[in-house]
Amino acid sequence: MSAVGLQRDAQARVGHRELLVFRLGDEEYGIDILSVQEIRRYEAVTRIVNTPEFIKGVINMRGTIVPIVDLRIKFKLEKVVYDDFTVVVILNVADRVVGIVVDAVSDVIAVDDESLRPAPQFAGHVDDDYLDGLATVDQRMIIVVNIESLITTPELGLVDEAAG
Amino acid sequence: MQIDVSQFVQAFLEESFEGLDLMERELLSEDLLGSADHERINAIFRAAHSIKGSAGTFGFAAVGEFTHGVETLLDQIRAGSRPLNEEVRALLLEAVDRIREMLVAARDGSEHDANAAAQTQAAIAELLAAAPADEAAAAEPAPSAASAPAPAAPAGESRWRIDFRPHAELVTTGNDPLRIFQYLGDLGALEVQCDTVALPPLAELNPEHCYLRWTLELRGAGLAEARVREAFEWVADTCDLEITCLDAPPADAAAPASAGEQRAADAAPAEAHGERRRRGLADRRADASSIRVAVDKVDNLVNLVGELVISQAMLSTIAQAEPDEFDAVRVERLRQGLAQLERNTRELQEAVLSVRMMPISFVFSRFPRLVRDLAATLGKKVELVVEGEDTELDRGVIEKLVDPLTHIVRNAVDHGIEPPELRAGKGKREAGTLRLKAAHQGGNIVIEVSDDGAGLDRERILRKAAERGMSVPENASDRDVWQLICTPGFSTAERITDISGRGVGMDVVKRNIESINGRLDIDSTPGAGTRMTIRLPLTLAILDGMSVRVGDEIFILPLTAILESLQPTRDQLHTISGRGRVLRLRGEYLPLVRLSDVFNLPARHERPEDGIIVVVESAQDRAALAVDELIAQHQVVIKSLERNYRRVPGISGATIMGDGRVALILDVDMLTRIH
Repeated sequence: MSAVGLQRDAQARVGHRELLVFRLGDEEYGIDILSVQEIRRYEAVTRIVNTPEFIKGVINMRGTIVPIVDLRIKFKLEKVVYDDFTVVVILNVADRVVGIVVDAVSDVIAVDDESLRPAPQFAGHVDDDYLDGLATVDQRMIIVVNIESLITTPELGLVDEAAG
Repeated sequence: MQIDVSQFVQAFLEESFEGLDLMERELLSEDLLGSADHERINAIFRAAHSIKGSAGTFGFAAVGEFTHGVETLLDQIRAGSRPLNEEVRALLLEAVDRIREMLVAARDGSEHDANAAAQTQAAIAELLAAAPADEAAAAEPAPSAASAPAPAAPAGESRWRIDFRPHAELVTTGNDPLRIFQYLGDLGALEVQCDTVALPPLAELNPEHCYLRWTLELRGAGLAEARVREAFEWVADTCDLEITCLDAPPADAAAPASAGEQRAADAAPAEAHGERRRRGLADRRADASSIRVAVDKVDNLVNLVGELVISQAMLSTIAQAEPDEFDAVRVERLRQGLAQLERNTRELQEAVLSVRMMPISFVFSRFPRLVRDLAATLGKKVELVVEGEDTELDRGVIEKLVDPLTHIVRNAVDHGIEPPELRAGKGKREAGTLRLKAAHQGGNIVIEVSDDGAGLDRERILRKAAERGMSVPENASDRDVWQLICTPGFSTAERITDISGRGVGMDVVKRNIESINGRLDIDSTPGAGTRMTIRLPLTLAILDGMSVRVGDEIFILPLTAILESLQPTRDQLHTISGRGRVLRLRGEYLPLVRLSDVFNLPARHERPEDGIIVVVESAQDRAALAVDELIAQHQVVIKSLERNYRRVPGISGATIMGDGRVALILDVDMLTRIH
């Protein structure tokens, strides 16, 4: 189990966690802040051939080759624009570094596990499998995503099947 | 002052393992028997001697004691008083194993097989005891040898007079004259006279200086000057030494020992033997924690760093100028400085990489022993031919090669090569040939293990695959069938031996090789033999590449794969209906691969004849790659795509260009295969 996972477990025990909140279209999503390595502007990527559209390509992050996934395309959002607010959240999950493109990063919030509500079947664009639940902060609904299981899902094709 | 010796133990162990490897290698060399090759015997003896010596120093008394017997035996062989025959060789090899086991146990803090060691030691003692009386006496590990040498026949005896005048600083270099004398005492009868003339009064005496001189007289059977001189090997620089012979020795000691034959009779059963040996081999896997590098390589590195510093100083001097002073002259000097820096960088890079390069003999050297033992266990005759053992490749690659290669070699001897009677029946030579070959081929290293044995049995493999419920296409090509043996749990051995045949093997071999970006190809002809070919990248780090443009993307082609590039004319391009296009080049037709098609990119040029053709060659094939433009030739640092992403077909890796962008490195092998 990764260090991040261990930390998360520790937090789960006290029932309290911090989430990084970002926007995809009109929805707000929260992911465990401990899985976030850094946030950077969207920059030109090097395309990789014969990959699904949502894999934008790879970038050079201080000597490391990092694949970039555009979650907006993956979740079939209608409007996919690259502007000044478009950012890449660099994640460190499952022992690898992956970047995700999101519309904007808005907040860091703390939530208690008790305040998490189970998501109804049709919440948002994300499959239920990757959802931890829904959190409410200042009347805003935040969809809490288990980012590790999302990134490692075979559907995303980020991880070699044999290796995964 | 207390010195903590534990820090040296690691070095001692490494040196000892190296010494053991050397002993084994020399013992196994074909021409050792019969020809009294003194250089070889001496090398073996020296290795044993230094293991014995340092084992004592570092408190491995058991190792020292055990090795003493071996050393004595070697000493007799060296002196020519005992012939080196097959039995003695087998015993010595066994002893090498025992010492290795003891050292491994000492290293890991585990238990070694004391029984086996005692047996071997007893066998050696028995052999020594069976020797003629005078030699037996010399062989005794007698601590009092200095005073009580065996009186030998005067005919074989030689007398030496040694004038030993140490320089004052001799003892400060860690040498102790007493130890030298003790060693000499082991060689024969020693008389020592000490000359104290130079000794100053106590008040003036520097306790760290040596003021004494000695005159020694040594008498011993068949003593050569070299052996006497050897005692002073370590102090040669810090003393004046004069060795004179007091009488010419008619030394031709020919003393055949008959004990060897006797020894062969009580050798342990071959089966158990083989098992233990293999364990010994497994233990020998070199520790990856440290490497030994030739001093001249390190010196070279230091020099290069020096030059780098000079270049850097030169550049910063130029950079310190005021902005308005940047005239043409200064810019020119800046350019020169940068060019120099570039050269320094490249040289430094090469030198650093060469530190990691090792000859493949590091792996190959263990096979003569393995093959010999295996063949003996299985009752087969195998001749091992090794070619290209000087081929260098990356240390990391070498380490990962050991297991797969061992497995392939083992398989070849066990399954490939037939027993002698069967071979004779087929009209082949009784002794099978196993060939190990390494060579550079472009940016790759190719390692071949081929035997002239039975070959793979297509029918049996297919039957086995059917039994295991694997799906095999109708009329599968041979190549596909051979690859079946690399599936997990697959073994066609009719009889499971403890050597191979448990069905854990070829799949692991293949996986290991693929984990270092290598490829395993299997070739087999029934009745004529099998050839396993491993192709590996030379180094894991840096590549000479040519950057090419396709559409808006830049790709890197490994320079080693490029044969030539050209601008095609229209009449060089032909279409073969249904098979794509070909390029005619000097009467040869090459498949045309358009990278823009392969990678689904919009090409700048609709027609290939407007772009550039790069002719590439892989191990199997050639192809003409159509690209839009050649950009530049440069060295690139290979970065893994798989680290954070995964393998991409047609791409072997990625690199970072000067502007910080990522460029993908093309997998030429793959590209030549897709047409």
